Amino acid sequence: ANFRSVDEEFFDDLEELLIESDVGYETAMRLSDELREEVKLENVKKRSDVSDVIVKKLVDMYDEEGKEEDNSLKFSKDKTPTVFLFVGVNGAGKTTTIGKLAHRYQQEGKKVLLAAGDTFRAGAIEQLQVWGKRVNVPVQASKAQTDPASVVFDAVHRAVAEDFDILLVDTAGRLQNKEGLMRELEKIKRVITRELPEAPQEVLLVLDGSTGQNALSQAKQFNETTDVSGIVLTKIDGSSQGGIVLAIRNELHIPVKLVGLGEQMDDLRDFDPEKFIYGLFKELIVGSGE
Amino acid sequence: MAFEGLSERLQKVFSTLRGKGKLSEDDVRKVMREVRMALLEADVNFDVVKGFVKQVRERALGAEVMDSLSPSQQVIKIVDDELTKLMGEEAVPLNKAPHIPTIIMMVGLQGAGKTTTAGKLAKYLINNDKARPMFIAGDVYRPAAIEQLKTVAQQVGAPVYEEGTDKDPVEIVKNGLAQAAENKNDYVIIDTAGRLEIDDKLMDELARIKELAHPNEILFVADSMTGQVAAKVAHGFDEQLDITGVVLTKLDGDTRGGAALSIRSVTGKPIKFIGQGEKLDQLDVFHPDRMANRILGM
Ligand SMILES: Nc1nc2c(ncn2[C@@H]2O[C@H](COP(=O)(O)OP(=O)(O)OP(=O)(O)O)[C@@H](O)[C@H]2O)c(=O)[nH]1
Ligand SMILES: Nc1nc2c(ncn2[C@@H]2O[C@H](COP(=O)(O)OP(=O)(O)OP(=O)(O)O)[C@@H](O)[C@H]2O)c(=O)[nH]1
Ligand SMILES: [K+]
Ligand SMILES: [Mg+2]
Ligand SMILES: [Mg+2]
Repeated sequence: ANFRSVDEEFFDDLEELLIESDVGYETAMRLSDELREEVKLENVKKRSDVSDVIVKKLVDMYDEEGKEEDNSLKFSKDKTPTVFLFVGVNGAGKTTTIGKLAHRYQQEGKKVLLAAGDTFRAGAIEQLQVWGKRVNVPVQASKAQTDPASVVFDAVHRAVAEDFDILLVDTAGRLQNKEGLMRELEKIKRVITRELPEAPQEVLLVLDGSTGQNALSQAKQFNETTDVSGIVLTKIDGSSQGGIVLAIRNELHIPVKLVGLGEQMDDLRDFDPEKFIYGLFKELIVGSGE
Repeated sequence: MAFEGLSERLQKVFSTLRGKGKLSEDDVRKVMREVRMALLEADVNFDVVKGFVKQVRERALGAEVMDSLSPSQQVIKIVDDELTKLMGEEAVPLNKAPHIPTIIMMVGLQGAGKTTTAGKLAKYLINNDKARPMFIAGDVYRPAAIEQLKTVAQQVGAPVYEEGTDKDPVEIVKNGLAQAAENKNDYVIIDTAGRLEIDDKLMDELARIKELAHPNEILFVADSMTGQVAAKVAHGFDEQLDITGVVLTKLDGDTRGGAALSIRSVTGKPIKFIGQGEKLDQLDVFHPDRMANRILGM
């Protein structure tokens, strides 16, 4: 897009940029209409001022969708272990995110346990074990193809018995339209809550940042099944910035809590809406500097 | 709303026109707005949509539609036609080397489905071609990538050549090919680590593997749930490696899969297979017409 002046063409370009950011057709239309109003309202004429108005408006909108919530991670209020359950479609980045987060908490001096709840995919248990070794955190695992709920049950018991602070539960990737697999996930969550009524403190939906409109369906279905408390947006070190979370925020009010920026243990950040919006629309901002 | 079928939406548009007789230019424009929306909601790349809509509009304004008795059906047919054409009309088989082994190299972004698809391809070749494939474990980065490949290989009953994770993948591929020659394997499937198309160092590694192995087939494996960026990523891989074909994975989900159209359009390379599940027999030959209907939500 090429933002030369603040005319109709400008807003066409904006619409295009929004669509190319995966925010979705309807969200793109709604946003560009609202932004057109805003620009009129503030009586902006110079291009260089418009992008400021737009980014500010987008950040406000993002915040507004979730006024009642904050995007910080929740922990157990007493001595019992905190449990985070990781869910999402195949290959989104669940296991890697667990490795990174384990590293973060281990560095903070917390006692961390991982549960190898993906007993299905080839090499999934070994993958988590390599991460465990890498960040120096134990992994509760059983053999491949066993019932994941029983592994999770064992892990919860061990976490309580051995006074772990945090238990991070990995699960197998599954597409949200597979009923049987979604029920299995429900069961895993139920097992956790039965043992620790306050847990899981977080159910984190891991979302590949390059996903298109299907991410909305993912958010809806996983939310229905496991009551998702936050999103981890991965792979935004790539060419995509994950604009789809704007649509998710808009429709489902689920906040992004963490972002993945690479494959190494340090490549995890807390989500910063302002930075995210700037990243998404940097073309617009860079363009205005000319 | 978002996932309502296109035919349904077009019917709605046309119902407001009923009794009008012929289609006006304005009517066609209205219809094309719906088509455009359907394609964008299916994640077809913005520029690809623009070109496509222009093309269809021209045809729709031609005599065949304007004078037709059921213009709506006619327009839907044109859209479907053009989309199928864009997707490459018929199935393209795997390349085969004149002398064994045929070398297939899997490339793509992280988590797209390369390793799983490598296993599926081996199974497909064993079942259909009585092949004796061997895998080369060229991913030395992802934790337990080799264990994953070995498990998959065991399930399909094919050997894996691996040298752990401390060596240069190019070296591993070189030694693996020598092993395959010795064993007279007729197919070699090289698994590589997922990487971003903007990662120069890792893309160069693939280029060096290509230069060494001269693969008959470089398959770009793409997640069918990918959004607008699919075109850019595919272009990046194609530009740097001159891919020979595409495999679209995870089509057992509820995605419309517009990435298929974007990838095909920007690379011009055939989509050869689609992945429809995690199990190793869930690989199917690609059918452009079915994909066209799916993208349009028909
Ligand atoms: N570039 C990049 N790659 C990532 C990121 N997070 C994960 N990956 C890579 O994506 C691939 C898939 O990650 P996994 O953690 O195995 O994903 P998963 O959701 O556990 O996958 P399944 O268990 O198979 O469903 C691996 O190659 C990871 O290294 C990220 O933030 N950036
Ligand atoms: N539902 C479904 N899952 C698939 C399909 N193909 C692959 N997967 C799953 O997607 C995830 C990633 O697959 P991998 O084969 O590990 O992907 P990869 O490209 O080798 O990943 P990296 O090596 O980390 O880059 C795994 O959970 C697979 O089981 C498919 O067609 N359908
Ligand atoms: K993916
Ligand atoms: Mg995993
Ligand atoms: Mg792999």
